[in-house]
Amino acid sequence: MATVWVIVCYLGALLAFALGSKVLFRGTSNDYFVASRSIGPFMLLMSVFGTTMTAFALVGSTGKAFERGIGTYGLMASSSGLIHAACFFLIGVKIWSIGKRHGFVTQIQFFRARFGSNGLGYLLFPIFVLLVIPYLLIGVIGAGKTLQPATAGAFPELFQSENPILNGGVPPWLTGLVICGVVLAYIFAGGSRAAAWANTFQTLVFMGMGLVAFVLIYNVLGQAGSPTNVAARVTEQGEVVQDYAFDKASGKLVKAENPKVVGKLKHPEEAEQWAGRQPHLTRDEVEIIYKAKNPKTKKVVAKTREVGVPWLMFLSYMFIPLSVGMFPHLFQHWLTAKSAKAFKLTLVAHPLCIMIVWVPCVLIGIWASGLLPWGMPPAAILSNVLKTLIGNPILTGMLTAGILAAIMSSLDSQFLCLGTIFTNDVVLHNSKKEYTDKQILFMARSFVVGIVALTYVLALLLQNQNVFDLAVWCFSGFAALTPLVIAALYWRRATAAGAFASVITVVGTWFTFFAMSGFGGEFTVMGGIMPAAICWVAGALAMVVVSLATKPPAKETVDKFFV
Amino acid sequence: MKKISVVFLVIFVVLAALHQDSWNWSSSHLVFGFMPVGLAYHALYSLTAALFWGIVIKFAWPEDLEQWAEEGEKSSTP
Repeated sequence: MATVWVIVCYLGALLAFALGSKVLFRGTSNDYFVASRSIGPFMLLMSVFGTTMTAFALVGSTGKAFERGIGTYGLMASSSGLIHAACFFLIGVKIWSIGKRHGFVTQIQFFRARFGSNGLGYLLFPIFVLLVIPYLLIGVIGAGKTLQPATAGAFPELFQSENPILNGGVPPWLTGLVICGVVLAYIFAGGSRAAAWANTFQTLVFMGMGLVAFVLIYNVLGQAGSPTNVAARVTEQGEVVQDYAFDKASGKLVKAENPKVVGKLKHPEEAEQWAGRQPHLTRDEVEIIYKAKNPKTKKVVAKTREVGVPWLMFLSYMFIPLSVGMFPHLFQHWLTAKSAKAFKLTLVAHPLCIMIVWVPCVLIGIWASGLLPWGMPPAAILSNVLKTLIGNPILTGMLTAGILAAIMSSLDSQFLCLGTIFTNDVVLHNSKKEYTDKQILFMARSFVVGIVALTYVLALLLQNQNVFDLAVWCFSGFAALTPLVIAALYWRRATAAGAFASVITVVGTWFTFFAMSGFGGEFTVMGGIMPAAICWVAGALAMVVVSLATKPPAKETVDKFFV
Repeated sequence: MKKISVVFLVIFVVLAALHQDSWNWSSSHLVFGFMPVGLAYHALYSLTAALFWGIVIKFAWPEDLEQWAEEGEKSSTP
């Protein structure tokens, strides 16, 4: 029950802090959409970083490292340090200046004006919405799945479950309702400014809690000499074993006399090469067979996991972080900046913040390979490590609050951005009627309420589906669209026809790969290439070829967007 | 393109290439007694990226953009 109270206190503090921004709210639509372009360097860093780091940063990184090992950091974190900052510098700063000069509040307004095409806006609108919605669902469903095991036992009479790990825990429908309600309350009241304040608070919380979790876990596993000794090991017979077990009664890590076998090499002939090695500590690929319970049939089945990272995947994953160049919710955060100089802190500190969050999570994931059942879902690894090793309900509550903070700091910006897009790019853009600022504000808030409600209903309907598998596809879609924004900002010769061709090519190639993957999940082509890389190249080629083949854009239009 | 921008572009490409640390691929050597070298290298890479962007903003910051944005805001309406 203490865990629940800590989380309730956290949500109360968040709400109070975010609603505190109301004192600075100017009551205008411009303030609601882009905080009157008044956000300073620190809040910009916190809101951009908090928005970029979804539930995936804490929960997903630990789970991915549990599956693939240390390669997870290079795949997703260190490349992001370089590429995200490049996007902020080359795209974000320029977008801010154009947005300020011309008064844009959405991405679609910019693209429509730059290419002189209303149709481009209509093409982009459904793509953005369809790519953001799964992202929202990941947050709401992820929150539900995190909170239920963390609060298990708190309400044994009220929330009964057949699964003993979940019995008495807060059910996902209630978590989703509370999370959506809290985010809606501050977004409704203060819009972009409230999101920036809330993100600052939440980012500090999840970074702090991540570090606290790491220190606590490090101290427990340090009983093995080095915590890294705990990671799973391959024997001379090709079995994958766990050498240590945690004894909850004594709170001590115990070295097993007979190591627990959790899997075996798929190719026994590799046993000699792998004997004595810990696969999660390198990026060499090895296939391991392990047992897992099928959540639907409840039967135990044999599964294969590839630990390590194929070289081509490692290389082509560099395209995924480009997604920040096209995220509509990040675009909106850029426009809130007080000045171009406000970006400077974000550029330098963003790679450091990524490191502070991801290194501990990846280490926890590789250590967990030697402690937890291999059949455990990746998304459940972090909460289970905490529950197994820490066990203190107050600390569990604080760390769970940290995970919720990471989730909500993305949700708020996404809700707001969809409300902003609907208001500006659909209703106002098509309307011949003049609306007062109050009416625009009312409209935006109504759309936000509608989007939150729709997300909640979809999350309820899809809570048993594996929407986490969609995450990388959302990132891939946005990443593959970046040739559009790069050409719009840096290539005067880019034409509307080129923009259409680029977007349509990206949609076509992306959907082909998505269908080939079975509509979700990890998927590579030609021995490890990420589909995003191919979609990106195809989109860039289409932009160049079609732009050169069509009439150059009018000079007076292009001049508006170049210094 | 300014000379300094070309220099930074070259450094950026070199950094992107250094991300592919094939020499650490199979090593499970531990740094500080707990961090696999492949992870330690990439943590250092994050620090290097931060340093790189720090130098970029010092020497290649687009000062003219701010003024351009302010000028437009005064003369244009949303």
